[in-house]
Amino acid sequence: MQPIELIQSRTVVLASTNIDTDQIIPARFLTTTSREGLGAHLFADWRYDSAGQPRADFVLNTPAAAGCEILVAGRNIGCGSSREHAPWALMDFGFKTIISTQIADIFRGNSLKNGLLPIVVDESTHEYLLAHPGIALKISIVDRTLTLPDGRNISFALENFARFCLLNGTDELGYLLSQSAQIEHFEKAHQS
Amino acid sequence: MSPRTLFEKVWSAHEVVPQTADTPAVLYIDLHLTHEVTTPQAYTVLRSRGLKVRRPDRTFATMDHSTPTETAQVFGGIPIKDASAARQVAQLESNCAEFGIELLNLQDPRRGIVHIVGPELGLTQPGSTIVCGDSHTSTHGAFGALAFGIGTTEVGHVLATQCLLQRKPKTHAINVHGQLGRGVTAKDLVLAIIRQVGVSGGTGSVFEFRGPTIAQLSMEERMTICNMAIEAGAKAGMIAPDETTFAYLKGRARAPSGAAWDAAVAHWRTFCTDEGAVFDQQTDIDASQLVPMITYGTHPGMSVDIDAKIPVTQGDAVFDKALSYMGLSPGQTLKGQPVQVVFLGSCTNARLSDLRAAAAVIKGRRVAAGVQFLVVPGSQSVKAQAEAEGLDQIFLAAGAEWRESGCSMCLGMNGDLVARGAYCVSTSNRNFEGRQGVGARTLLASPITAAAAAVAGCVSDPRDFLP
Repeated sequence: MQPIELIQSRTVVLASTNIDTDQIIPARFLTTTSREGLGAHLFADWRYDSAGQPRADFVLNTPAAAGCEILVAGRNIGCGSSREHAPWALMDFGFKTIISTQIADIFRGNSLKNGLLPIVVDESTHEYLLAHPGIALKISIVDRTLTLPDGRNISFALENFARFCLLNGTDELGYLLSQSAQIEHFEKAHQS
Repeated sequence: MSPRTLFEKVWSAHEVVPQTADTPAVLYIDLHLTHEVTTPQAYTVLRSRGLKVRRPDRTFATMDHSTPTETAQVFGGIPIKDASAARQVAQLESNCAEFGIELLNLQDPRRGIVHIVGPELGLTQPGSTIVCGDSHTSTHGAFGALAFGIGTTEVGHVLATQCLLQRKPKTHAINVHGQLGRGVTAKDLVLAIIRQVGVSGGTGSVFEFRGPTIAQLSMEERMTICNMAIEAGAKAGMIAPDETTFAYLKGRARAPSGAAWDAAVAHWRTFCTDEGAVFDQQTDIDASQLVPMITYGTHPGMSVDIDAKIPVTQGDAVFDKALSYMGLSPGQTLKGQPVQVVFLGSCTNARLSDLRAAAAVIKGRRVAAGVQFLVVPGSQSVKAQAEAEGLDQIFLAAGAEWRESGCSMCLGMNGDLVARGAYCVSTSNRNFEGRQGVGARTLLASPITAAAAAVAGCVSDPRDFLP
């Protein structure tokens, strides 16, 4: 995982509510045994028509979306399937952070483990972001703040451990492996 | 010690290292269920880091998601048609062989959907922690286990360390009282719970389903309830183990036996919420007020009573988009809506009692002209039991298709698909856009509501078809 401190980018707004992981990447793309190249299938059923051609009216196909690293989603994103292919696809497409009013538990965990920052904001900030697509935001993981173009700082919740892992590019498996003495002790105590 | 909830007891019994302000808890996992779709990339990580599976004896594999359900592709000696699915299955076989994991392969008579096989074999036990790279792992909570879905990175963590890093979730009691009426099933009850709590209402919480109505449910009904806890966004759903639980487990292949059985039951009995324990949140449901339910929209919270009208909203673009996808109108009654496909299957509703209930509706009737009725038992064991009872003959005589077990039409990745624009009454768990195939229109309902739709050719009240 690459260390990440600061995200500075324009936003893309996808205002749909309750965007589930089947929309982020449909199940038919899950027969892969690799995690590479899934960005091509991101939002496949919204992005392409039945002939497989990009739909001009879908926001990710517009020139304004090119290079954007911040996805502002409608209320609640990531519900449904536990497929980690969802954050893999979002990151492969180029996103580094997802903003919504609510982010489903498994999707949130999967995102953090891949260096994709899930940000939950309050209703009024969310409404402002939805109403102003394409604005430039500055997101500091160090300060846990999101800075609007007018200079307003909005703080967001990010647990200390997740922040540490993002800032240092630490992967959790290394940390877990370092706990092996305790794990062994637990297994002995529980005769398992 | 102060009174504790069922969840808190299971959680604290598995804390290898408690959480602090700076670090999550290290939580021990008793049982790791795995399948072909969400494991390949995890084994790649293990291999690249030179790691072994820490506890192969606590890891168990089956294949279900991308596997075909046509008998010819399973037993007929012809290869799986979808080349990438075939590769995925082959890779699961080689990974399990390399790392020493027990696997139920495609032709194994015990194979089936991971959440149906675990309980059937007695692997799912009260008070334990169970994870799987699949969100419907919540099913196993019906036994008083703490069971939840994880992503592939976490699958790798459990393979390598038998542990997960977790923040302690909140608790939410779902108190259910009142007798379920005639033709009202566990599926209808859980759809009603999701409608009341909302599809994100459970985020960050573990549900405990409790109260007299829950205590009266069979294990198979409890599994249907816990299965769909995730559809309300819950981390997990749990039900305290009781005599019904113990009777279900007794004599199962992997359940304790002899003196170990008595010791296990005594231990399992401690996994209940203490009198006076406090939940972070409570929801009350009167089951006696419920009728058969069906979904009309694109998430499981968008449901109505079978004879009610689809709500009328003003200026709700999200609602309008969902109805437009479904080809339905506000104020419309779903009853009488023609359907083209009926799917009886999935980890929600493909156990023996589900097949029996649907067969009782089907018996002596014919599937309506122009309707495909796909019956997919949840496991090969369920299939064998159903055949021993002659249920397959009832379905086949009516004109249904009788398949090998698997996830099938619950999610469009194994060849079983609903065509664009077609309506499917489905006993599965998700009615998301495209879930059953690109452009497919899913109406979630109980097995008897599905069977009624199959014979009527349209959405129907199952109470009109009960024997």
